[in-house]
Amino acid sequence: MPGQPLIEVVNLRFRYEDGTVALDGVDFRLFASETVALFGPNGSGKTTFALHLNGLLRGEGEVRVCGLRVEKRNLPAIRRKVGLLFQDPDEQLFMPSVVEDVAFGVLSAGIRPEEAVRRARRILAEVGMEHACERAPYHLSAGEKRRVALAGVLVMEPEVLVLDEPTTYLDPPGQRDLVALLGRLPQAKVIATHDTHLARALASRAVFFEHGRIVAEGAVEELIERFGWDACAGPGR
Amino acid sequence: MHHVVLEQWSRRAGPVHALDPRVKLGVTLLLLIAVATKPAPTAAQFAAYAGLLAGLVLAARLPLGGVAWRAGIVLPLAAAFAGMSWLAGDATRAVTILLKSYLSVFAALLLVGTTPIARLFAALERLGAPGSLVLVLQFLYRYLFVISEQAQHMRLAAGSRGALDRAPRRVRLRAPAGAVAVLFARSSRRAEAVHRAMLARGFSGHIEPVTPLKLGGGDILGASAVAGVILAIRFGL
Repeated sequence: MPGQPLIEVVNLRFRYEDGTVALDGVDFRLFASETVALFGPNGSGKTTFALHLNGLLRGEGEVRVCGLRVEKRNLPAIRRKVGLLFQDPDEQLFMPSVVEDVAFGVLSAGIRPEEAVRRARRILAEVGMEHACERAPYHLSAGEKRRVALAGVLVMEPEVLVLDEPTTYLDPPGQRDLVALLGRLPQAKVIATHDTHLARALASRAVFFEHGRIVAEGAVEELIERFGWDACAGPGR
Repeated sequence: MHHVVLEQWSRRAGPVHALDPRVKLGVTLLLLIAVATKPAPTAAQFAAYAGLLAGLVLAARLPLGGVAWRAGIVLPLAAAFAGMSWLAGDATRAVTILLKSYLSVFAALLLVGTTPIARLFAALERLGAPGSLVLVLQFLYRYLFVISEQAQHMRLAAGSRGALDRAPRRVRLRAPAGAVAVLFARSSRRAEAVHRAMLARGFSGHIEPVTPLKLGGGDILGASAVAGVILAIRFGL
């Protein structure tokens, strides 16, 4: 792969307060323009791993984002570089109106309110949600919520997108629209997903998590076949 | 649902909607104090307050019947206290309690029906309400409906299993008690997730309002006129 990795993770280990080992020595690299799918059973560590990529969780080992070590003093810069889309958009859309929610990140970064609103409206137009600027997030459909949540991430102009189960709650047309939208975005992406259609459409490679470890990596199709990770196919291995 | 209707009303255009939310908040507070601090308003005073509020509702181009009907939501609660006065032999006081409660809720509905909730929160903050309190109110408003939706789903799920219908009362009461506990646990988990989502977008402890509030001569003039009428009713009639 050319150049320095955007994300470099070396021997990452993490244990929750109740003693559950969630990550047990993960090594991972993400390069510019790459899209990597994270496969694995529920509870295998995908979401925990994703939360480490912009410093929401910090375990043992090393995580570097765009050359910056994930540590307290670098967190504001890292959170601008890594945009995280959560699985449940209701957790991500917490402001009273759509435009305020999308502007939240840039306002927190110290941008003036007029400029923040201007940027928020521009990004909302890009994701096809400019008509919903003044609406309350809880009046939106699942697909609209997902688009607005994505706008709230994109407005920060991140270099890396980390998406946790982005097609959850979406109907097939909503999934199709989201895949098309994500496919147009130039950022490198890490996508934790069970959705093999999404992975096939977007990912250039995949890794497979099991018991907090990456146990395999390779082409998307190869891992789907090897682990029987297609809902309509028989068991793999 | 009430909040959806109120929110639609609040986004209409009109002379009352256009007033700065700070003056609307101030005038509403004045009205509530005027109504509450007069021990036994006369029938003329009640009629004048009602006339003033009805006039403002019509000026705001809101449906008078709709506001009047929704204000009745307070009557069952007020009736409990009015009933106690009635039983104690003070019928006048009982009627006063009912009318005061009704007018107060009517005034509050007029405020929220003509002011988008985001502008109301911004006004509270600009008027010096503690930022953390406004933040809590904002989240309460945002997530109350999410939680009530979850409660509805749980009630449906319990109903769909039907077995509780024939269970003894002691067993039947355990189901809602358990549901409340589950809702509490879920809300707590959601609060953590929301906080995490805020941190991921650079939250540093304070939310910048995006809504510009501009206090003009027209706002002060309009508010002074209404305040003058309120004071005239309170001390004059």
